Amino acid sequence: MAEGRFQVRRRAGLRLWLSAAWLILLVMVALFAPYIASKDPLEQDLFAGRLPPFWVHGADASFLLGTDSLGRDVLSRIIFGTRIALGVAVVSASFTCVIGAALGLLAGFYRGWVDVLVSRFIDIWMAFPPVLFSILLIAVIGPGLFSIILAIVVIDWTRFARVIRAEAMAQGAMDYVASARVAGRGRLGILLREILPNVLPIIVVLLTLEMGIAVIVEAILSFVNLSISTDDPTWGGMISEGRTSIHQAWWVLVFPLITLFLTVLSFSQLGEGLKDRFDPVLR
Amino acid sequence: MSFLEVRNLSARVKGGGPLLRDVFLTVEVGEVRGLVGESGAGKSMIGKAILGILPKAVEITGGQIVLDGTDLLTLPPAVRRMKVGATCALIPQDPLTALNPSRRIGAQITDRLVDILGWTRQRAEERALALLGEVQITNPARVLRQYPHELSGGMRQRILIASAFAAEPKLIVADEPTTALDVTVQKQILKLIAALQARHGTALLFVTHDLGVVSKVCQNLSVLYAGKVVEDSAVADFFRAPKHPYSAALLAATPKYTDPFAGLQPVPEAVIAAVRAEVEHG
Repeated sequence: MAEGRFQVRRRAGLRLWLSAAWLILLVMVALFAPYIASKDPLEQDLFAGRLPPFWVHGADASFLLGTDSLGRDVLSRIIFGTRIALGVAVVSASFTCVIGAALGLLAGFYRGWVDVLVSRFIDIWMAFPPVLFSILLIAVIGPGLFSIILAIVVIDWTRFARVIRAEAMAQGAMDYVASARVAGRGRLGILLREILPNVLPIIVVLLTLEMGIAVIVEAILSFVNLSISTDDPTWGGMISEGRTSIHQAWWVLVFPLITLFLTVLSFSQLGEGLKDRFDPVLR
Repeated sequence: MSFLEVRNLSARVKGGGPLLRDVFLTVEVGEVRGLVGESGAGKSMIGKAILGILPKAVEITGGQIVLDGTDLLTLPPAVRRMKVGATCALIPQDPLTALNPSRRIGAQITDRLVDILGWTRQRAEERALALLGEVQITNPARVLRQYPHELSGGMRQRILIASAFAAEPKLIVADEPTTALDVTVQKQILKLIAALQARHGTALLFVTHDLGVVSKVCQNLSVLYAGKVVEDSAVADFFRAPKHPYSAALLAATPKYTDPFAGLQPVPEAVIAAVRAEVEHG
């Protein structure tokens, strides 16, 4: 029994550390991109187009992961793409979390007309097809980093609000809330001091999941050319460009795809790992 | 005048039938009053109405709850909360959900003393430590740093009792405090509540369906049926000669310690019909 529990914790620890390691690496790469990248990500070299990665015959060792059809260094573009991917992930997920969690907590704890208002609003909101919604939004306010972040926040706050509303409602029915009220604590005090700490583990999981989702959404929007300008290196943009030359130069597509995959996976595993570690009920 | 007087309190489910009908109930300073009744009689509702934690679906339709000379129902919510918080406390039914799972025991006891009653942190911590000792918890300093899930149900109920007495309240509502515990622990917890009550001179409203518990702890009791108080007696008188036929039937339905295998008497249907008619029509 004790041994089994120990093993679960060790596995959870491994998951946590692996994903954290990858994400810390990405943060470092994003911060020090100009020092790490060997080439200018925008520099074209038409004589060095579609060079394969270093271990394939015919490669140029100065382009480690090869070049795309315009002769731009794939590795350097991935490195600079990290900045946009992480920036979008952190900023949009944070805003999504704050808006969604606040509304969810209010609706779930105060109930009554606040709940009716928020819940119906969520129902209506979720009836819009999300991809169409974001494309429309970007068509109206124009493409760019700000539009992507706004699109993610505007679409995904409902995910937070729904889950956190349900959890706040469950916590609000507990006896400890009644005890706090008898002790003389006000509604807001109860919400912040009693309910919030119990909802926090779920918020953390949702937040990291949302960062993963934001990376994907940014990639999707780049893929359909609605992200920032096509010259700027984004993982989604690279995948989109690589798709056209998949038979001649697979590396243009595959390397950004692997990076994207590992990043999204790491975000979700980080969330689960953090929950296992810090939720006192599970601990 | 009594410390607590519930006068003609009526309540109902919003858009539904009555839950409490003209309830009259008093608790003197230092008195232990039992409040008994079957499931759904409204005994917990009275406790919740006094403490201001009625579910949203329940509304009070009339009457007064006079605590220490002030009718709580006429006070603005914030004032009422402070008044109740300063003079009353609750020992809840289910120790498993009555402590916040993600906060340490110490913080849960001391927070209200510091934040609401304005004690210094140090004084509150000393008080918590002393009280955990009073409820016979070994190594209280360690327990204060623990989380609820690290403790057993009996331990948690002791902590809740300590917490209820922490601010020296004048009145404690104990809402079936032993129902969720197993029988051996029940007895210890009852003894503990009785001992602390005697030592601190706190008035206690003891909500329960267990007449055996009442006979051990209470001085007086009120019997509730379908939201109405049908009997109000001293405990000694009640067990000798209950005034109301329903109380008599209820007493007959309780297993006797002296003769546990004597057939239990269900409350006769005629008695139920009579008490129902009495409660509903006059």
